[in-house]
Amino acid sequence: MTGRSQTVRRLGALMLSALFATSAGAAEIGRIKVAKGQVTVERKGEALPGAVGMRLEPADVLKTGADGSVGITMADNSLLSAGPNSILSLDRFEFDPTSNQGRFDAQLQKGSLAVISGRMAKQSPEAMTVRTPSAILGVRGTEFVLSADD
Amino acid sequence: MTRHLSRTLAIGALAALAAIVSSCQTGTVVLLPSADGKDAALIVKQRDGQTLLAEPYAATKLTTAGPRAYSANAQEVQALFGPALAAQPGRPVRFTVQFIEDKDELTEDSKVALEAIFAEIARRPVPDVLVVGHTDAVGSDQYNDALSRQRADVIRVGLIQNGIAPENIVAVGRGKRELLVPTADGIAEPRNRRVEIVVR
Repeated sequence: MTGRSQTVRRLGALMLSALFATSAGAAEIGRIKVAKGQVTVERKGEALPGAVGMRLEPADVLKTGADGSVGITMADNSLLSAGPNSILSLDRFEFDPTSNQGRFDAQLQKGSLAVISGRMAKQSPEAMTVRTPSAILGVRGTEFVLSADD
Repeated sequence: MTRHLSRTLAIGALAALAAIVSSCQTGTVVLLPSADGKDAALIVKQRDGQTLLAEPYAATKLTTAGPRAYSANAQEVQALFGPALAAQPGRPVRFTVQFIEDKDELTEDSKVALEAIFAEIARRPVPDVLVVGHTDAVGSDQYNDALSRQRADVIRVGLIQNGIAPENIVAVGRGKRELLVPTADGIAEPRNRRVEIVVR
């Protein structure tokens, strides 16, 4: 690797980080706004306590205990809230706030979930899906609930 | 013979079991009335078929034999989904304030409105705020990008002064790219000189 290409790479990284600094947050895709009882966020093999204000990242898995519930706001204004004994994974979230285009795939592995879809689903009917172990929901809009039994 | 019979019985029992298993319920989906009353629909796909929910309280039971459509009601939804619905975060609220031509100074009306907006934001337990500055179509892109950013900064500073944590505010300038009132380039339009504030 030549010195020059290294410099170019560094410059590129710098420009990228500047871009992220001005966008709505690099890794942050949403936030916990409501948390009651036991709430855990599994991230890269770690179990973190899910507290109000926590920033969420792609592939996070939210789990609630028997007394737990959790409400989150996503970057595209989608609102998701899970009841007790639920497992909700945020499998994929890509959002361009300028064009409102992107992709949001969530999965309710078990439990109960209330959803108000956001700007992506409004922009494009193919942008958002919610899965359960047995079904795939294509979200045209806007407010719905679903459960997944054990 | 006996052996054959017991085998037939066993197959029969298995078939009966399979029938029970095949109609096992694995979940429920209910479309709710939407606050804006528009374009609400869900497509529920399972291996064996799909169903469209397009009316308020249109619902389907998810079974291992495929979706079974039915009509739900508010009481049932509350009974099944009460805790999930109770945990729903506050809906995002959007405000707009206007600026004086070519300046990063609010109009008199907007100065008054801003107080109420800051109060609303301070009421939320963990607000995160998106501030988007805009200009009208007078001037170059470069000039308007800077002006729109300055306008967003005025609001950002005001929010911080009112106790909102800086890390919970994202301020951006969109220049003249998103005119609220479409005009030709070079046209002065007060309604385009604005900052949008989205509170989540």
